[in-house]
Amino acid sequence: MRFKEKVIEKLLLVTALSAIGVLALIIIFIFKEGSPIMVKVGIPHFILGEKWSPSKGIFGILPMIVGSIWVTVGALVVGLPLGLGCAIFLAEMAPARAGMVLKPAVELLAGIPSVVYGFIGLVVLVPFIRNVLGGPGFSVLASAIVLGIMILPTITSISFDALKAVPKAYRDGMLALGATRWQTIRMVLLPAAKPGIVAAVILGMGRAIGETMAVIMVAGNATIIPTSILAPVRTLTSNIALEMGYAAGDHRQALFATGVILFVIIAILNLLARWVAAGRVSE
Amino acid sequence: MRGAFLSISIYISLVIAAAGLFSGCLRLTRHAAGPEEAPAGGATPSHETLTIAGSTSVQPFAELLAESFMKIHGGVSINVQGGGSSAGARAAMTGVAGIGAMSRELAPEEKSLHEIMIARDGIAIIVHPDNPVDDLTLDQVRRIFSGEIKRWSEVGGPDKPIHVVSREEGSGTRGSFDEMVMHGREVTPAAVVQDSNGAVRETVAGDKSAIGYISLGLVDKRVKGLKIDGVEPSVENVRLGRYSIARPFLFVTRDAPQGLAKEFIDFVLSPDSQAVLLREGLVPVK
Repeated sequence: MRFKEKVIEKLLLVTALSAIGVLALIIIFIFKEGSPIMVKVGIPHFILGEKWSPSKGIFGILPMIVGSIWVTVGALVVGLPLGLGCAIFLAEMAPARAGMVLKPAVELLAGIPSVVYGFIGLVVLVPFIRNVLGGPGFSVLASAIVLGIMILPTITSISFDALKAVPKAYRDGMLALGATRWQTIRMVLLPAAKPGIVAAVILGMGRAIGETMAVIMVAGNATIIPTSILAPVRTLTSNIALEMGYAAGDHRQALFATGVILFVIIAILNLLARWVAAGRVSE
Repeated sequence: MRGAFLSISIYISLVIAAAGLFSGCLRLTRHAAGPEEAPAGGATPSHETLTIAGSTSVQPFAELLAESFMKIHGGVSINVQGGGSSAGARAAMTGVAGIGAMSRELAPEEKSLHEIMIARDGIAIIVHPDNPVDDLTLDQVRRIFSGEIKRWSEVGGPDKPIHVVSREEGSGTRGSFDEMVMHGREVTPAAVVQDSNGAVRETVAGDKSAIGYISLGLVDKRVKGLKIDGVEPSVENVRLGRYSIARPFLFVTRDAPQGLAKEFIDFVLSPDSQAVLLREGLVPVK
């Protein structure tokens, strides 16, 4: 019996370690493939270079870094008010029946493949922006709207859980003092649920910054720093996916190096999320 | 209890509705993307298969010919994939594909490959059919794509900004365009970049201010091919060498082609297949 316990314990340990092992292998691989070119070009030149012209051996990914930031912030501007509003409604006001339809529907959004979002963006959103607002249509705005909808489920469900976790006594106490429902939400519930909402935002950002397929289809992929929300934009992930099929030599390494930068950005976001989430526990 | 049941049934019906929607969309995108998948479970040991990989410009034509080849020769399956010209050369060199498809001349480091020219193709400079501009000089095209000319009024069109649509670095069409049109100038980084001929055509077909370039064989009614230096982009003009923006379509193999690969190449070079290519807008080699 004891022996069996031990065996199972070790087996589970191996499974747990294999996940870490795979992560370690991936990290080693992208750093091994990507770092030589960063050293060769010089890390400041690589990160702050404004020109990406692989066929001429010029590798600067600043437009893509700025592009990813623009698109991600745009996605939050679109997705946060919608997602948070939806979470507040679901947690505080929705009649049971409405909640039964709304919550599964929002969660279902997470299950739609990203290429479908991209396709809808391409045939509906891009022509709409081109005809109504001008520019080529492929733009920061189109990407932000598509991504904003894609991060809705993440933001909604995590904020919802955070709001639900606020002790009922807070709510009751506030209402007993004669506060309106909106005052209760604004002055008590949102501040109390803040760490959870911040974590939702950071996870949503992670999803937005990592999305590739849908963005390639609607962003226009121009390698310039966008100067308006109607200008085309290329993100870090799109850069890798667009050119990986052809790349060889330095160009291929530069795409891996793009992956390294992306990895670092996402690792920072995740650490932030964990740090904020930990804050919630200790409060 | 009733509530839980209701929510579950709503959930399930939503899933079913969404699944129906996706399968429709996926079919559409797959159709648009083109590559035919090998028939499931078809790879029995006695079953001969050939993989052709490479240029997305060659892909639709290779697929078409592969289909008729498979109709004639039962029990043979030919799998046509994209990936781009460089990937095609690499796939042929490493033996991943029996035949690599390319839409540009071989680079010096690729010269070890056996090349067979299967057709020639022009690159058409395309605009929206409503665009009044019909004719540009090669120099004007170069200045438009380098970002020097920014408005249609500078080349005799309406006073609107020009939306330049290009291909990603490394694609065969982009490589040929750089070589034959840009002559060392760079395509403006402000250009919208699309990742296939089809996507460029879609973009130009939907935008009255756009200009792009695609394979001559893929020009259809939704876009207008511009005359270059007064010469219409047509099969006839490419064959006569009048139309200046033309490139070879190559099949490349690691060793001298043999077996199924040789049979297929012979089939592609046969008069019937060449006639098919001509009908599809390419310029035959025989």
